[in-house]
Amino acid sequence: MENTDTSTSTVRRNSKRPRYSKFTQQELPACKPILTPRWVISAFMLISIVFIPIGVAALFASRDVVEIVDRYDSECIPANETDKVKYIQTPGEKSCNRTLTVPKRMKPPIFVYYQLDNFYQNHRRYVKSRNDQQLRDSKEANSVSGCKPEDFNNGSVIVPCGLIAWSLFNDTYSLSRNNITLNVSKKDISWKSDREHKFGKDVYPKNFQSGGLIGGGILDPNIPLSEQEDLIVWMRTAALPNFRKLYGKMEVELQENDVIDVTLGNNYNTYSFNGKKKLVLSTTSWLGGKNDFLGIAYLTVGGLCFFLAMAFTVVYLVKPRQLGDPSYLSWNRNPGWR
Amino acid sequence: METGDDGIEKSPGVELNSDSSCRRRFPLTLAGALSRNSVRELGIPDELERKRVRQGWSRGGNSEFFSASLKEISDEDARVVYINDPERTNEQFRFAGNEVCTGKYSLITFLPRNLFEQFHRVAYVYFLVIAVLNQIPQIAVFGRGASILPLAFVLFVTAIKDAYEDYRRHRADEIENNRLALVWNEGRFQSKRWKDIRVGEVIKIKANETLPCDMVLLSSSDPTGVAYVQTINLDGESNLKARYAKQETTSKSPEKEKIGGLIKCEKPNRNIYGFMANLEVDDKKLSLGPSNIILRGCELKNTDWAVGVAVHTGRETKAMLNSSGAPSKRSSLETRMNFEIIILSFFLIGLCMAVSTGAAVWLKHFEDSLNSIIFFGKQDYSQEKAKNYNYYGWGMGIFFTFLMAVIVFQIMIPISLYISMELVRIGQAYFMVRDTDMYDEASDSRFQCRALNINEDLGQIKYVFSDKTGTLTENKMEFQRASIGGIDYCNLKASSQGVGYTVKVDGKVMRPKVTIKTHPELLRLAQNGKDSVGGAYIHDFLLALASCNTLVPFVVDTSDPAVKLIDYQGESPDEQALAYAAAAYGYMLMERSSGHIVVDILGEKQRFNVLGLHEFDSDRKRMSVILGCPDKSVKVYVKGADTTTISVIDKSLLEHVVDATENHLNSYSSMGLRTLVVGMRELSPSEFEQWHSAFEAASTALIGRVALLRKVAIDVETKLRVLGASGIEDKLQQGVPEAIESLRMAGIKVWVLTGDKQETAISIGYSSKLLSSNMTQIIISNNSKESCRKSLEDALSMSKNLIPDAENEHVLRGPDAVQVQLALIIDGTSLVYVLDNELEEQCCLQLFQLASKCSVVLCCRVAPLQKAGIVALVKRRTADMTLAIGDGANDVSMIQMADVGVGISGQEGRQAVMASDFSMGQFRFLLPLLLVHGHWNYQRMAYMIIYNFYRNAVFVFLMFWFTLFTAFTLTTAITEWSSMLYSVIYTAFPTIIVGILDKNLSRRTLLKYPRLYGSGQREESYNSRLFWIMMVDTLYQSIIVYFIPLFAYWNSTVDISSLGDLWTIAIVIVVNLHLAMDVMRWNWVTHAGIWGSVIATCLCVMAIDAIPFLFGYWAIFHIGKTKLFWTLLLIVVVAALTPRFLVKVLYQYYQPNDIQIAREAEKFGTFGQVEQSELEMTCMMET
Repeated sequence: MENTDTSTSTVRRNSKRPRYSKFTQQELPACKPILTPRWVISAFMLISIVFIPIGVAALFASRDVVEIVDRYDSECIPANETDKVKYIQTPGEKSCNRTLTVPKRMKPPIFVYYQLDNFYQNHRRYVKSRNDQQLRDSKEANSVSGCKPEDFNNGSVIVPCGLIAWSLFNDTYSLSRNNITLNVSKKDISWKSDREHKFGKDVYPKNFQSGGLIGGGILDPNIPLSEQEDLIVWMRTAALPNFRKLYGKMEVELQENDVIDVTLGNNYNTYSFNGKKKLVLSTTSWLGGKNDFLGIAYLTVGGLCFFLAMAFTVVYLVKPRQLGDPSYLSWNRNPGWR
Repeated sequence: METGDDGIEKSPGVELNSDSSCRRRFPLTLAGALSRNSVRELGIPDELERKRVRQGWSRGGNSEFFSASLKEISDEDARVVYINDPERTNEQFRFAGNEVCTGKYSLITFLPRNLFEQFHRVAYVYFLVIAVLNQIPQIAVFGRGASILPLAFVLFVTAIKDAYEDYRRHRADEIENNRLALVWNEGRFQSKRWKDIRVGEVIKIKANETLPCDMVLLSSSDPTGVAYVQTINLDGESNLKARYAKQETTSKSPEKEKIGGLIKCEKPNRNIYGFMANLEVDDKKLSLGPSNIILRGCELKNTDWAVGVAVHTGRETKAMLNSSGAPSKRSSLETRMNFEIIILSFFLIGLCMAVSTGAAVWLKHFEDSLNSIIFFGKQDYSQEKAKNYNYYGWGMGIFFTFLMAVIVFQIMIPISLYISMELVRIGQAYFMVRDTDMYDEASDSRFQCRALNINEDLGQIKYVFSDKTGTLTENKMEFQRASIGGIDYCNLKASSQGVGYTVKVDGKVMRPKVTIKTHPELLRLAQNGKDSVGGAYIHDFLLALASCNTLVPFVVDTSDPAVKLIDYQGESPDEQALAYAAAAYGYMLMERSSGHIVVDILGEKQRFNVLGLHEFDSDRKRMSVILGCPDKSVKVYVKGADTTTISVIDKSLLEHVVDATENHLNSYSSMGLRTLVVGMRELSPSEFEQWHSAFEAASTALIGRVALLRKVAIDVETKLRVLGASGIEDKLQQGVPEAIESLRMAGIKVWVLTGDKQETAISIGYSSKLLSSNMTQIIISNNSKESCRKSLEDALSMSKNLIPDAENEHVLRGPDAVQVQLALIIDGTSLVYVLDNELEEQCCLQLFQLASKCSVVLCCRVAPLQKAGIVALVKRRTADMTLAIGDGANDVSMIQMADVGVGISGQEGRQAVMASDFSMGQFRFLLPLLLVHGHWNYQRMAYMIIYNFYRNAVFVFLMFWFTLFTAFTLTTAITEWSSMLYSVIYTAFPTIIVGILDKNLSRRTLLKYPRLYGSGQREESYNSRLFWIMMVDTLYQSIIVYFIPLFAYWNSTVDISSLGDLWTIAIVIVVNLHLAMDVMRWNWVTHAGIWGSVIATCLCVMAIDAIPFLFGYWAIFHIGKTKLFWTLLLIVVVAALTPRFLVKVLYQYYQPNDIQIAREAEKFGTFGQVEQSELEMTCMMET
């Protein structure tokens, strides 16, 4: 049959044929990685070669750190007090003396931390109870939204408002060695960014801790918030229920078997929720504090990968499979397959 | 002739979605029309006469639907139209104006309606509920902005999109409504805007204008009252259709005399092939049928002008009533996925319960001392009298905790997945449409994605149901053989390829548009042997071919002014082929008007009066025409399907001719030809009178017109003298045998459903490689229920003997057992018995069992509704995916029934395309569609779903672990902005990019090894095993990501924001590297997506931490300065991904699946033949 229709040429001109391009035909240049044995073994070897040295280094760093931890919460309650909560809540001087022995030479800087356990600084009610606007800007002194239940006192706003500020940690430590007081510097213990941008230089505490219940430390109303470094440190709420916060720094070297006397002001109430209080003196390494976990983790992963690399090498040698062998296709393995 | 071009250009190309305003205009998807009634209407088999009875000039209403549903136009059901008197017409009934409004919204209704529609999605409701919960102060977890913003954003974007689309529709409406038409008013035809046209007005349409409303034709430029219209906007058919004015009105024109009259017609309905009305004019009552009405959206062609009276306007026009979308389908993967989503929601509830239980224990333990726990701050002392702050007791505390947990863990249900899936499908559709392999040159048609949500189903098809004519074959009919008077003339042997037959008229040469090869002997006999017996047979036979049809001849100019072409326009390709054949032998149909035809017989123009025409219908399967010949004799010519036509032939006459014809018929059909039998009878004057009165009575009857007409036809079509039979070849489409072979290799069962005879079907089966000689054929062809049942049982037991049960398959069949393949051939009559409701379920089940054992099923003599029944038979009994492919109106029901419907945009108009989910030009495009795109789409989508479950769950687990260390109070270490952005920015793009672009295998490999398609059928990429493996991996990864930093920072000064930032960055890197590990093909887009996301995350985290009034100010910069941060990041990422890597390596090496082997082969060229085909750089990973 012959079609003499002449309209085909006109159709061709406005043809709908899709234009060819590598993109529309899904043929962009691409790389097709395949996990060949050599590649897999190399990957595992590479991981082990990188990880094992890091693990060793991390472990050494952690071992180098000297750390003195002294838990004092129960010891600092006089033995005759049965109701710890009542004791801590009664106003007045509650001092307590502790002695620490330095196990190993400690090079400066030595960091003095307080550590609280079981203290949920990440509790939802707690972590939200602050107002960052108010802390920054003296003009925003009245913005106390989110600060409940510590927003107003007798109708006037509290600066800084909120539970976090209200519960400021207020135990005090004074350290001395051989009756010579060790100078604990409280300068630059907080983040510089916080001091400069988060806590205002013209924002002064107001109405703070003047309510019915005292939560913790008091602030000097004549010092702007940007210089209240204890508050700034405290307001960086901790991620975990067991946390340390920097109390101060010492620029002295402590020798092995030095005895340090600590005079404690035990004011802070952690007794109502079985919280522990610890004083920590520690040096640091390139990895931070004393923690063997990271080194062990690196060694474990590195070791495992080394083992896998070896295992694969053996297995590939014993039972190799040719890559892309068509006889492995399901219809070749099982001829009955339709 | 220039008929088509104009219309074709206007025919809107639907590519990605069918929302283009053009499409909205007159989209006639028969989807909606496919109600119970119209199935029958559509259900006229195409195989014999491809003509739906709506056409032609018979004055009868002809759809059965009407005889059944419209008994009579009673006064209350009718709409009364006073011609040329719109005031009177409209005063009694409020008819709709002609203004159309396809826009969904107005300015006022936009907001509420659009929101209402958007919230039909369950996902959005979930979003909303969570957001509302978060507004309650007691349980507000996120800030108001952070919680509402994502939802608001999605709603806003969708609303903008909807508004824009609606604006375009409004604009299109406005253009449409302000088009001008000539309306008779105050003594002349005046231009009037379309929207002002009222029912009853008389309208004049000029050539090539579009009809503004449905109107009854009154007169036209043709003195006989014929007007030709093109209905491409309505049903997509580009051929011309003739519409007729009543003789009583043709002579009238408003210019000459006032037209008056009354039309009583049926209420508006959506059946475009039916119309029923009475016209009262000059005290005469005439009946009007569908051939008297021209519908809105049609274009007037080849007619200078036409005048009609508006009967339906605006939204009551048939075109508007038919504008509805195709039904939406849901992919099986998505259905599967919803099950896993339910599991995930149990996980969600479980996590929330765990948190609230923990909270309950904690609160109970500290209940008495809560007041003095400083970080709890139970009491508010700001007033004189202390009162509880935000604490409502133990019970409420638990309840609030639960609700808060739901808010915090909400993304466990991956809402973003739904949006990602839609984007991915659009991307996939883009690539399918752009595929040059699926572009059909012949019809200049691209692949079209009409349904956007079942792309991935294409990778899991197990059954393909195919129509034969037009789908496997080209539907270009070629007259091949004729048996005339018992003598077989075979064109195949013929060689004369002359110019063909030509006629000279007024000094101009006329020749048929299509010339065919002629048989020299037959040509000689036709031209010279008029007086011999054989010659008389040939004369009658050719005259029957030329006259017994509904074709309309058109004269077309050619480049040579002296030569004109005759083009036969009609709906049935068979008729066209026959008419061209008759023309080639010198019997050229020259002219047709309502009362007569002119046939040029061997150079001599003869005029025949057409006294009556009995149209084709599916019961008789034949048509007949009663001709008044120039010699005053009256003859009835019949042509029709052999089964029904042989039975009305008088076998006592010329027995040997009948026998020879029957033998020839059998041999034709076994050659795969479509056969028709031609017979005739001369009517005596008394017989004619009897017929004439009966015909007149029947065709003006108002009640049961169709049945009456059929009876008249049956009465006259008796005692025929056989003239002969014709054999028409329908050529197989290019590449069909190869395509079918590949599909079968791919484990897809191909069923062919055809209206052809058994012999024809089998021979087509052989030529299309559906059947092969080593197959055992089971033929079921019965005439009674009982025998049908019996043969079914026999066949089943036989098949069980030949092919053991699936369970025992591997045991019984050794590696080299002979494979028995069965082919089932079943005919329509038997299918009726099986699918008939009266027979018990048993039979259906048996048929299904039998069919599932056969690798090929051929159903012949199938009616359209049965096609759907067969698809339903399979669909109901298995979870396997079915695909139906067809091209004609008779395939619509099947296409809609199947899981995936594919329409061939071919010769038969666009109904099938309109109803389909995908449409393409050729059957062979099924290969790239299923084996390549289907395979890719399935792999991509399946992986994407699993991955999205993972990426959201791992994040939720990470937050859950932290909750355990916050006294179960749902504090999040990760900032609320990060947790909102996590599924939107941090991890969303790579998965979408991979979902659109990743390819596991190249196109060439997939086409070369069709069996690789099996991985989709076996659900290898998405199953519950993978889901649970993924969940275990998720749990492991979240533990690693959470606990390694936790132990490293235990007893340290780390603050919540810094640790949160570490977790955020770690989880994003892990999740993105997890994806990177599974990417099969890295091109630059993938690189950009994955690494870009990691970088974007870091930038976002830094940006959030640079805002001074936010809680975590500068945290990332602080922690980023410490070496611990970087060492932790390294170990977290490596430790989290190592197990997955290990399992993947072991699996790929020792349990490789086909895809893995093929990938390796592709890379290392071990398939031998697989050259480095594609232009792809191979990345030297292994060196």
